[in-house]
Amino acid sequence: MKHIISVLVENKFGTLNRVAAMFSARGFNLESISIGETEDNEISRMTIVTRGDDSIISQILKQLNRLIDTLKVVDVTNKPHISREVLLMTLNRGKQSQQEIFNLIDVFKAKVVDIKQKSITIEVVGSPDKINTTIEMFRPLGIKEIARSGTVAMTRGES
Amino acid sequence: MHTSGQIMNGSEILFECLRREHVEYIFGYPGGALLKVYETLHDVKDIKHILVRHEQGATHMAEGYARATGKPGVVLVTSGPGATNTVTGISNAYMDSSPMVVFTGQVPSTLIGNDAFQEADIVGITRPITKHNFLVKDVKDMAITIRKAFFLATQGRPGPVLVDLPKDILSSECTFNWPEKIDIRGFKPTIKGHENQIRKAAAMIARAKQPLLYVGGGVIASEASDALRKLAIEQDIPVTMTLQGLGAFPGDHPLSMGMLGMHGTFWANQAINTCDLLITVGARFDDRVTGKIDTFATHAYKIHNDIDPTNIDKNVKVDLPVVGDSRCFLEGVLKALPKTRENRQAWLDKIAQWQKECPLTFTNEKDTLKTEFVIDEVSRQTRGNAVVTTDVGQHQMWTAQHYKFINPRSIITSGGLGTMGYGLPAAIGAAFGIQDRPVVLFCGDGGFMMNIQELVTAVSYKLPIKIFLINNNFLGMVRQWQELFHQEKYSFTDLQQSNPDFVRVAEAFGVKALSAGNPAEAEKAVKEALAYNEGPVLVEFKVIKKDMVFPMVPAGASISDMLFERLNPKTMV
Repeated sequence: MKHIISVLVENKFGTLNRVAAMFSARGFNLESISIGETEDNEISRMTIVTRGDDSIISQILKQLNRLIDTLKVVDVTNKPHISREVLLMTLNRGKQSQQEIFNLIDVFKAKVVDIKQKSITIEVVGSPDKINTTIEMFRPLGIKEIARSGTVAMTRGES
Repeated sequence: MHTSGQIMNGSEILFECLRREHVEYIFGYPGGALLKVYETLHDVKDIKHILVRHEQGATHMAEGYARATGKPGVVLVTSGPGATNTVTGISNAYMDSSPMVVFTGQVPSTLIGNDAFQEADIVGITRPITKHNFLVKDVKDMAITIRKAFFLATQGRPGPVLVDLPKDILSSECTFNWPEKIDIRGFKPTIKGHENQIRKAAAMIARAKQPLLYVGGGVIASEASDALRKLAIEQDIPVTMTLQGLGAFPGDHPLSMGMLGMHGTFWANQAINTCDLLITVGARFDDRVTGKIDTFATHAYKIHNDIDPTNIDKNVKVDLPVVGDSRCFLEGVLKALPKTRENRQAWLDKIAQWQKECPLTFTNEKDTLKTEFVIDEVSRQTRGNAVVTTDVGQHQMWTAQHYKFINPRSIITSGGLGTMGYGLPAAIGAAFGIQDRPVVLFCGDGGFMMNIQELVTAVSYKLPIKIFLINNNFLGMVRQWQELFHQEKYSFTDLQQSNPDFVRVAEAFGVKALSAGNPAEAEKAVKEALAYNEGPVLVEFKVIKKDMVFPMVPAGASISDMLFERLNPKTMV
């Protein structure tokens, strides 16, 4: 099963390498990993998407905790949480497809971030599911290039 | 000792920090990136620098010292090749959880990443084989980094920590400040086990009809032997030990069942698969212990105490995990034990029966020599009181089976990584830490060659180590597997034609050397070696070629399916 793990880490060089190397050394699946500074510039948040049965996920959580540079490890999968991903996608801009592209842009609340004679680049923000659907829907119109940010996630605030 | 607040350069800070960490010995080798450090070291009198002959030797010495004393071993090597030569030793210490701090020189920080002369990204290389590692980028961070390194190496589950020191940092100056208190926010090991879990464990122990203690290196590392002994004897619980756990419980006590697993005793393995309660303390269900996982201790309720939470449920699912220091766990259990308990006589009788059925025996012949005899003889003559180091292979398993370890910190051996070449430097390191007991090395002819250069170190410091070289002119353990499982294709394991004359080699190094080819000679040579204390002594025991370590569990089989003799007895020579 797919799991989203949110990890607070020391904002130091080598931390990303330590985490990624642990995954590869122990043969854990690593679907995506994203990292950025938090409100405290000494701490970064890492969001890891991985797959495994309960015993593998439990090992992953423990192995993450064991690294000295990790401060907090939370499996947010079964907690109320928000997860988002950013998609940048460049499409071929043909005469026939133009209208269809703009229709889909409307449907997916995408943003046009760059437009050239022959291409158009859009940005979509949403759950990883929505990103997958977006890509599928645009595919017939001619995708030139895709960049995905990987998932970022956090647990919901208290009410 | 210098005081905080003084201006010092990086090299002076290094030694001042080592002083504050009560370091007695550094195992090291100089080089370009460390010139400033060795300049400072020239006038350091209170910390002894041991000059090795290869950086790998330094790491194994540091580990031997650490395992013999419980104190962290310290290594000092230069950048590039000096640093990369430590990789095997660091990896070994990581697998066997030995406290070690390795200082590596590095090219000047301005040149890092430029493929400079003698540059290697040792922090990157050792990330997966250290508990943690550091690159010091500012001389002001040196003291706190070294403090952290020792803290991490020794607290919680011990392990190796590496500190990379660029050349320019070692000569730049700053005000020295020693951080008395230390807090690493990402490192908070659980020392005290959960009280309810401990109480539950105590209740289970009292209720069990056929309990078994399975203990490992965690009992040695946490100094928990007294508590273990008390629990086992008070409760009549037999104790089986892993390779690293040997000595945690006296091998001559009736409740001792010796080692379990691949080359463990028949009765220990039978007990594992028959017991109704398995109390695992400071051990990690290694594959060499469990054999086929699905058949391991299937009848038992399993308690597992370990300081490292990642060891819980990693290989074997347990019923009652207790994360924490093994000594705290055992002492907690002792306090929480109910007043009454089950009678275990029937259980002990059953074990005694297994022991009678398949004892650890060997046949001795007058004109030929067997390794088992040599080890028995050394065990007898040292009364189990030596600090025994081994290399890796058949002699190692025979040592585990036949040497009667009485005290903790008595066996120093490469368990997890299985590093050939470990034994000689480990014995040297142990000899620096231990002066009141003989330090003995059992080593094969293959492994002995792998770090033979360290004989120089043993000679130059006049260390009275006893090198018992078990020479069968073969890579014996590989040969054993080739015979049993690979159609007797002895591919590149026969060393007969290429081995040197070990007695003459030893003598050329300045080591006193003897040899023995039959039991009578062996007995005499062991006696002579044990009596010789002027420096190292080597005895070459010319043992039979085709001896095999039994009993044995073939890889992947259940530990109750043991082989007791070769499948094809006619190949015995």
